[in-house]
This record gives sequence, C-alpha cells and structure tokens, in this order.
Amino acid sequence: MQKNEVISIRSSSDVVLVRQAVRQLAVELGFSLINQTKIVTGASELARNTLEHGGGGTVNIEALDEGTRRGLRLIFEDSGPGIPDLELALKDGFTTGGGLGMGLSGTKRLVNEFDIVSRVGEGTRITITKWK
Amino acid sequence: MERIAILQIGHFLLVTIQVDMHDRLAMTLQDDLTNRISQTSARGVLIDISALEIVDSFIGRILGNIAKMSRILDAETVVVGMQPAVAITLVELGLSLKGIRTSLNVEKGMALLRSSLGDSEGGSMDGDAEK
Ligand SMILES: Nc1ncnc2c1ncn2[C@@H]1O[C@H](COP(=O)(O)OP(=O)(O)OP(=O)(O)O)[C@@H](O)[C@H]1O
Ligand SMILES: [Mg+2]
Repeated sequence: MQKNEVISIRSSSDVVLVRQAVRQLAVELGFSLINQTKIVTGASELARNTLEHGGGGTVNIEALDEGTRRGLRLIFEDSGPGIPDLELALKDGFTTGGGLGMGLSGTKRLVNEFDIVSRVGEGTRITITKWK
Repeated sequence: MERIAILQIGHFLLVTIQVDMHDRLAMTLQDDLTNRISQTSARGVLIDISALEIVDSFIGRILGNIAKMSRILDAETVVVGMQPAVAITLVELGLSLKGIRTSLNVEKGMALLRSSLGDSEGGSMDGDAEK
C-alpha cells in the first residue's frame, strides 16, 4: 500500500478531519483497536497544537509498508512562533496556553517514534510513527 | 447552530455524545449544560460517552470542567460507558480524570447518582420527563 495524504489544519473541524483520515488509514493497515485509538488520539493532540499554538498548518499522513512491518507516519508542520525550550515543552503539565500540558508529552508515550524540530520565529515540525 | 441534545429525566440530565465533537461544539455543550443545571435545578448529570472513539486532553478537560461546574451548582456528574481502548489510551496519555466519577453504563451511572443523592431525590425513568 502506498498512500499519502495532506490535510490543512485551519479550524477545529479540520482537527476532526485529521482524526477521521488517520482512523481510516489505521483500519486499512490492520491496526488493532488499541493502536488505532492511540494514533488517532496522538494525531488529535498534535493537530490541535498546530492550530492553537502554531497558528495553523498541515499534516502529511503516510502509510508505511516496509515488507515485514506496516505503520503510519504523520508529519505536522506549521510556520508559527516555534518552541523556545523543547525540553520544557515536553514535560508533563507544561503549558503556555491554559491547557493541561499533556498533549506533547502524552503523544510521545502513545507512539513508537517521535521527532520534533522547532525554530523560534520560523515554525515547528513534529513527526510521529506508529507501527502496527 | 449545531448542538448536542440534553435530555431531562426527573432530577437528572442525560447527554449522549454520538458525534466526533470538534472543540467548539464541546465548549458549547459545557455552557449549555451549566445553564440547564441551573435552570432545572438538576441534581445529577449523566454523560454517555460509549460512542466516543477517543478522549484527548481537550475532551478530558471539558469533562473535568463540567464535573467541577456541576458540583458548584449542587449537582453530581457521572461519565458513563467509556470504551476500554479509550481508557487505556487515556492512562498512557497521562490524563487522570481525577474528580470525575465514572460508571460502566447509563443504568449503573443512574444507580450511582440515586444512591449518592438518597433515593427520594432521584430521577425516575417513567417520571416527569421534560415536555
Ligand atoms: N506547534 C507548536 N507551535 C508552538 N508552540 C507549541 C506547538 N506545540 C506545542 N507548543 C508549546 O508546547 C506547550 C505544550 O504543548 P502541549 O500540547 O503538551 O500542551 P497544551 O497544548 O498547552 O495543553 P493540552 O494538554 O490541552 O494539549 C504548549 O503550551 C505550547 O507552548
Ligand atoms: Mg496541546
């Protein structure tokens, strides 16, 4: 399966669209219900961050098929303010926006691979991968 | 405007969430519920989330707010029917949902509310449902 989809994130209904697209691909790839739930929840957190903190952006959703293993890779990108202190942002409970501060740290626990690149004044790119 | 229905059953309010709520819809529900509790002097709120496929930090926060708000207005909130996969994911995400009472289904949630309020206060299924 070779699939790649880009969704733009500009409103809270786009966050719903991202959840639905990720769910559909996870089902097609044969993810267990628990793993579907984990990747969709992580996608929801990062899509909301892209919208609320990044001022909007995109997600690239990619189905991975490496023969022996299948998975989903999501790349969230925005050209927002960036994150000045990544270590701090990844702490449970850290928030600058009155949230619970569980989005980033929690998502990292829900996936197999988590990569974040952020530059102040330029934007943020977060890549997560969940294997089946 | 799109809204989630709030049903009145005796002294209780019942909300069944059947759609994948976007954030604004969830906030509207929080406001609507708060208003309805004070208008109806409801003593209990049941939120059925059995159709919800995920609970993320935002929905978790809304559920927590509703529970807090209802307590201030002298009503108890019980969240019922959380799917096992949702519960497992929630724990790993790091949300404790502390301060939120939960039950396996609507019937058990109703029984929980009744017993915590004393039987005389409880809503009855065949009773004075809202006109
Ligand atoms: N795309 C982004 N651009 C800029 N800052 C970000 C971005 N994503 C996260 N952050 C920063 O990292 C902090 C932590 O994010 P996290 O998702 O963990 O918590 P939150 O969004 O504040 O609350 P919630 O628990 O509701 O998600 C945010 O408060 C924000 O300051
Ligand atoms: Mg967040």
